[in-house]
Amino acid sequence: MKTIQVVCSIIFLCLACSSVSFAADTIKIGALFSVTGPASFLGEPMRNTVQMVVDEVNKAGGVKGRKLELIVYDTSGDATKAVQLATKMIKNDKVVAIIGPNTSGESMAVIPVVEKEHIPLVSCAASIKITEPVKKWVFKSTPTDSLAVAKIYEHLQKSKQTNVALLTVSDGFGSSGREQLKALAGKYGIKIVSDETYGPKDTDMTAQLTKIRSSQAQAVICWGTNPGPAIIARNARQLGIKPPLYMSHGVSSKKFIDLAGDAAEGIRLSSGRALVAGMLPNSDPQKKSLQTFLKDYQNHFKAEGDTFGGHAWDAVMLIKNAIERGGDSPAAIRDQLEKARNFSGIGGVFNYSEADHAGLTKDAFVMIEVKNKGWTFAK
Amino acid sequence: MQFDQLLQYALSGLSTGAIYALIGIGFSIIYNATGIINFAQGEFVMLGGMLTLFFLELLKLPIWAAIPCAVAAATVGGILFERLAIRPLRQATPINLVIITIGGSILIRGLAMLLWGKDTHAIPPFSGDEPIAIGGATVLPQHLWILGITVIIIAINKFYFFHTISGKAMRACAYNRRAAGLVGIDVRRMVLFSFVISSAMGAVAGIIVAPLTMVAYDVGGMLGLKGFCAAIIGGMSSGISTVLGGLILGVLESLGAGLISSGYKDAIAFIILLLLLFLRPQGLFGKAESERV
Repeated sequence: MKTIQVVCSIIFLCLACSSVSFAADTIKIGALFSVTGPASFLGEPMRNTVQMVVDEVNKAGGVKGRKLELIVYDTSGDATKAVQLATKMIKNDKVVAIIGPNTSGESMAVIPVVEKEHIPLVSCAASIKITEPVKKWVFKSTPTDSLAVAKIYEHLQKSKQTNVALLTVSDGFGSSGREQLKALAGKYGIKIVSDETYGPKDTDMTAQLTKIRSSQAQAVICWGTNPGPAIIARNARQLGIKPPLYMSHGVSSKKFIDLAGDAAEGIRLSSGRALVAGMLPNSDPQKKSLQTFLKDYQNHFKAEGDTFGGHAWDAVMLIKNAIERGGDSPAAIRDQLEKARNFSGIGGVFNYSEADHAGLTKDAFVMIEVKNKGWTFAK
Repeated sequence: MQFDQLLQYALSGLSTGAIYALIGIGFSIIYNATGIINFAQGEFVMLGGMLTLFFLELLKLPIWAAIPCAVAAATVGGILFERLAIRPLRQATPINLVIITIGGSILIRGLAMLLWGKDTHAIPPFSGDEPIAIGGATVLPQHLWILGITVIIIAINKFYFFHTISGKAMRACAYNRRAAGLVGIDVRRMVLFSFVISSAMGAVAGIIVAPLTMVAYDVGGMLGLKGFCAAIIGGMSSGISTVLGGLILGVLESLGAGLISSGYKDAIAFIILLLLLFLRPQGLFGKAESERV
């Protein structure tokens, strides 16, 4: 009888141990995205992309022979919820790194948590404040607005369109864009002759555009996310606005052309390379990553991958590479993230360093133009 | 300040104002028949647009067939809403009913999001999108459609309320529900009618603006609020005062954005709303005891 008991307990012990070691076998990565709520147009493709990359990595044998396990929570765009979920995934799920959140407000709210708990965070939001000043545990994969502004201004400066009118949306994205547009104008010799805003739910912007029409503007820069810019494009066409219209990367997806229709023709915007991946020369360092991303996304979701999903792709790949180079402890991941150099991702070529946790330059963006309901590089 | 600039502000304002008017009338019809403010009114505007898109894209109907189908489907929605949410609670106080309509609007919005997703969609304009020049200003053919259809609907409304038995009965309910009931008017039926009319009108408003403003599951809230504003300016009358209320609101918004600052566009609408509620709760045109309907 005793032997049976001993054998049983040994079996139980073995089972318990094996299950423990099995659980420890996966590397847990957390992801916070607003899959619902106002920023869901960002959060949803990002969530899809992260899940896709983790599946692909696991299919190919994982990282150093260990599988990745993704813990995703929906923040619904609520900063309070984001903080609670971040705490939950650190304390209960024991993640070693966190990707997201995808809005700047939520990212800022989560930063104190990860700083306190010493968990690396790769934010997928745009605000410059996330990584400036540099915070030890916080990185960012989405390019900062000021880089897009710099790219547009550089283009305007080259084409000698120095008097510009601004038309920005009065939400977080637009206000941040407006701030950067005003801050950088002097550096590129740009004069802002008109500064208008519109509400995120506004349905008619002819009043603002009429005002801009009577100004001396040589170019109009509109900063917003769909559907506002599409309405503006249509309004501008209706009013016969002569100065060319420039948009931000907030509308860099096919959806914008669908919404604006013929009015989109000739509009120029700053955009990540994902939209024009097919047209890039083979020498472009990002081409390989872009093609992998777009092909995988097409296979997984039967839809075209966009730049937004691409930012999450960069975040998860940066973490994966960091684990491959170092270990899977939060501290090792952080140290290796900081040493990431020349990582050619979807959003650009990343070079993190001690002084720069954003890692991108204005060349993360290209200027593109809508032509025949498609994209081409802007001259 | 040039004349053509002012003309453009006025024209833009009038076309947005026409929409506010249509939505506003929907509010006041229900208010007059039931004494409640139906906060789900904006959602019927959204349903009009989304259903048109649904019939156009998924069922591949031509636009002239998709529009009546969408109006009919939205009206069925209005009937269901009255039957399932308003009628079972007939003994409830107005405040309960108002809260129910808020709940209903959240439900409708949520269902629309689940059914059609979160994307914004564009609907093709009814007759091209070549701008038409009027003086130094420009309008789109769709603006003319909006103004024209608004005028027709308001004319039909007028005819219905003043020259048909059920219209007159509904006006009787607006004056005094009890008395109307005593002379043999089926008040509950009139309440149902009021939901039919206002959901259909909301849907039409949603359809005719969709080619200009695009449509998504969440456009109802803001449009509903602006329509409510128009109804308040018009003193909750379902006649010409609400129409004027809508037009005034539209033009003031447009002038405010153009002449003062575009940042205050929505603030202007709500300051007017608050001022009116404080100073002239009977509406801009109403006498102290205004005629409702």
